[in-house]
Amino acid sequence: MRYLTARKRAEGKGASHTGTEHHWYMTVSAVGLAMLIPTFVVYMGRALGRGHEEVLATFQRPFPALLFGIVIFVSLNHFRKGAIMMIEDYAQGSTRKFLIIFLTCFTYLLIATALYALAKMAL
Amino acid sequence: MVQFRLPKNSRITTGKTWPKPAGATNVRQFDIYRWNPDDGENPRVDTYFLDMDACGPMILDALIKIKNEIDPTLTFRRSCREGICGSCAMNIGGINTLACIYGMDEVADGIVKVYPLPHMPVVKDLIPDLTHFYAQHASIMPWLETKTNAPQKEWKQSIDDRKKLDGLYECVMCACCSTSCPSYWWNSDKYLGPAALLHAYRWIIDSRDEATGERLDDLEDPFKLYRCHTIMNCAKTCPKGLNPAKAIAEVKRMQVNRVV
Repeated sequence: MRYLTARKRAEGKGASHTGTEHHWYMTVSAVGLAMLIPTFVVYMGRALGRGHEEVLATFQRPFPALLFGIVIFVSLNHFRKGAIMMIEDYAQGSTRKFLIIFLTCFTYLLIATALYALAKMAL
Repeated sequence: MVQFRLPKNSRITTGKTWPKPAGATNVRQFDIYRWNPDDGENPRVDTYFLDMDACGPMILDALIKIKNEIDPTLTFRRSCREGICGSCAMNIGGINTLACIYGMDEVADGIVKVYPLPHMPVVKDLIPDLTHFYAQHASIMPWLETKTNAPQKEWKQSIDDRKKLDGLYECVMCACCSTSCPSYWWNSDKYLGPAALLHAYRWIIDSRDEATGERLDDLEDPFKLYRCHTIMNCAKTCPKGLNPAKAIAEVKRMQVNRVV
């Protein structure tokens, strides 16, 4: 039990003067993904059900390879920032910090794995 | 961590059922949340029956009738009886609203269920503790901040600039919006909530105010402002028909315009 005035509780530690760049990034990446994802689905849809050589040939062309790389990077970063917001909503204290660190590592691992797979197919 | 279940001493038990009015033909049931901090018991829901032919049309009329004629221990706030003071905000039939302007006929279910505003500490029965809510409102400096010397007569404002305050100044601080917001439920210690942010925007866009930058600085925070996820419960529940979510979106837009 701490004897704090209601005003001090409400003010807390004050504003951190951050958050706008995060908000802007999410807005821009959401608009970007709204265009990237359908294009990606079309290319992936065409490759589905085809033979191994044909799929490799698809990803060896520059546009599908670059598109795949950009989609992976932008979507997983969008996911990371959105999931961090969700963690901040529902977890507090050390649990919050641990989950954010875990999520960040996990997301970068996913990005690295996907880009490695893409490089193996494309090069 | 978010709590999905109430603590043991907050769980609601079955309360007392009061007798039906003798000889009445048009009877309606009211289930009302009761909690007394002095008796050490869990909250309960008491059941009352009212003769609708001898009762006013609003929920507040029913509550006053219950208090006057059936159970004088029922405790709730009320004052103006016309939606101006914001005192009688409570959760009626699952909706946060003002009991004085919410008609009995607006409750779809036959039983009228009345609870205090959700996710707030309860002082007694239908009275929530709004101390933190009011302190958050005070923290956004809800007054005109000027640096220029005061004019001899008045701070002038054009008709167009005055119109920008419509849909904002009408807020009566009833707390219906903030207490309907899940983000406010989980993080009310840091997130200012729809009501305080609507008031913040009201002063940010006031053409006479000279602290716009400072006001935006004070709001730029992942929790104070950006905890709003545009859930829109605030706009849906506001008994005055205001749109706090739109005001918050405008503040976010102004923050982005400062950076980009």
